[in-house]
Amino acid sequence: MGDNKLHVLKGIDAHIREGELVSIMGSSGSGKSTLLNILGILDNYDSGEYLLNNTLVKDLSETKAAHYRNQFIGFVFQSFNLVSFKNAMENVALPLYYKGISRKKRNLMALEYLDKMGLRNWAEHMPNELSGGQKQRVAIARALITQPKVILADEPTGALDSVTSLEVMNILKDVNRQGITVIIVTHEKDISEMTQRVIRLRDGVIEN
Amino acid sequence: MFDLDKWEEIFSSIGKNKLRTFLTAFSVFWGIFMLIILLGAGNGLENGLKNEFSNDAINTIWVYSGATTMPHNGMKPGRHVQFTNADIEEIKRTVPGVVHISTQTNIYGEKQINYKNNQGAFEIRASYPGHRHIEKLEILEGRFINDADIMAFRKVTALSKSVKAALFKEEDAIGKYIRINNIPVKVVGIFDDSGGEKGRQQLYLPITTAQKVFSMQNRIDNFMMTINTTSLEESNAIVEKIRAKVAERHNFAIEDQGAVFISNKIKELKKYTNIFDGVNIFIWIIGIGTIIAGIVGVSNIMTIVVKERTKEIGIRKALGATPFSVVSLIVQEAIIITSVAGYFGLVAGVGLLEAVAKNVPPAPFFDRPEVDIMIAVYATILLVVAGTLAGIFPAMKAAQIKPVVALRDE
Ligand SMILES: Nc1ncnc2c1ncn2[C@@H]1O[C@H](COP(=O)(O)OP(=O)(O)O)[C@@H](O)[C@H]1O
Ligand SMILES: [Mg+2]
Repeated sequence: MGDNKLHVLKGIDAHIREGELVSIMGSSGSGKSTLLNILGILDNYDSGEYLLNNTLVKDLSETKAAHYRNQFIGFVFQSFNLVSFKNAMENVALPLYYKGISRKKRNLMALEYLDKMGLRNWAEHMPNELSGGQKQRVAIARALITQPKVILADEPTGALDSVTSLEVMNILKDVNRQGITVIIVTHEKDISEMTQRVIRLRDGVIEN
Repeated sequence: MFDLDKWEEIFSSIGKNKLRTFLTAFSVFWGIFMLIILLGAGNGLENGLKNEFSNDAINTIWVYSGATTMPHNGMKPGRHVQFTNADIEEIKRTVPGVVHISTQTNIYGEKQINYKNNQGAFEIRASYPGHRHIEKLEILEGRFINDADIMAFRKVTALSKSVKAALFKEEDAIGKYIRINNIPVKVVGIFDDSGGEKGRQQLYLPITTAQKVFSMQNRIDNFMMTINTTSLEESNAIVEKIRAKVAERHNFAIEDQGAVFISNKIKELKKYTNIFDGVNIFIWIIGIGTIIAGIVGVSNIMTIVVKERTKEIGIRKALGATPFSVVSLIVQEAIIITSVAGYFGLVAGVGLLEAVAKNVPPAPFFDRPEVDIMIAVYATILLVVAGTLAGIFPAMKAAQIKPVVALRDE
């Protein structure tokens, strides 16, 4: 915004290996989301280097960034971010549209992924007909359908009750067991305790 | 490039956002529809105007006698001006530019017109042969009255198609005799009057014959002529010469407007074409205004649409949509909606005009409200292109927003 630069992150030095299940912890406003958005190439950074799969990700064109997101990254958001006028199956299938996969094939795959989430019977339902936990499972199915290298989840349980939160965390752990790197942003201790490694953020720097 | 999948994506988005689709579609539909109706109405006026004038030759001057309104050479006003055959001969001889000259003189009193047992009340016009050119009569059979008829006071007549039908039905009429007040008159021709006087029940007699048979001496009521120019100035000059000539012959003041009425059809037509040009310009201004309103409507809706879809765009980008795919999704949606709506506007507008043209009989000054289909098509294309352009800029802007910003949008 204009020339007023706000330095949210002030020197992050971290390495996350392939196949890890990592959580980023910190109080509200500590820069967790900002960091995750940079990892997901949804946001830019001013200085430093970010290597994804050994490729430097810096000042990419939007087209190139779109490519990387589609190929390597799956997102799970606190507010689900489903497309409101598409049903569950179409939402899950959407990333495959940008991969150029035919409608028939991608809808079949979407049903398969919804099945894995136990939502086969909800495929034709619109997002506003689903509960929070169901929405988040649809979102996870959508994140997984492109078989990404990394799942980035920003407070995936933030809008869910504790039982549903546990369900979602179990799904994410399952995903990780299949070899996909999972990075979860959270400010809840019990969520971070379910991950292998915790990166603690305070005022834009890593604690330890 | 035809990408079925992209179309499916677009159609699903159109189908699931019905209000937005309807609003865009309606503003385009209405713009095109109104434009076509307006242009059609304009053409209807123009056709009607042409009809009003096409029944007679346009380059004509009509002279009617009146009564004097000014004292002149010691004579009191209120004197009736009576034309005679000599007036016609004199005008023809002395006024350059006059081509065909004739009269349309009434025969007073009761007239019985019959053939065998068929009879009817028809209008008898006592005229000169040149009348054919003034009224643009089309000879269907035989001939019109000619100079020889005039010279020899022949009892001959030319019948309009409808008089012939009334008196003779299917029977051949040429060479047969009808009776006017029991006087036998030979039918020499059958004609049809073009334009507005189509179907009029009238028959023509040579003026000289009529004057003799009906004891009219050399009275004529009026005279009219075609002239060899269509220019307004030249025709006005001829009018002035005629006025001077008639004033001199009938001894009234040349500036006495009541003594004769002279109608210059070229001038009348000019008056109407001026009005019509004004109406036409007015219609185009409204039409262009309608189109602009349509364009503004579409741009507004597109701007709102893009704003409304910012979050969706953010989601799509997070899932791997390139800026190009985002722009093309929105723009193609706009193209489809505006084209389809424009097409329906076109069909509805043209359909309504055709229904009007078919079911509403021609009225004075209004006939065949048709529209040049190419103009309608161009207007539709213009609106589609404008709608597209209106969509492109906000779409491009939205496609360049960082996903993190777009996703934050609520
Ligand atoms: N769009 C923005 N404009 C201004 N400040 C922002 C914006 N987004 C985030 N910030 C600020 O950056 C800091 C870190 O934000 P964020 O990464 O969202 O924190 P967290 O996710 O850890 O709660 C906060 O102080 C927040 O106020
Ligand atoms: Mg946050």
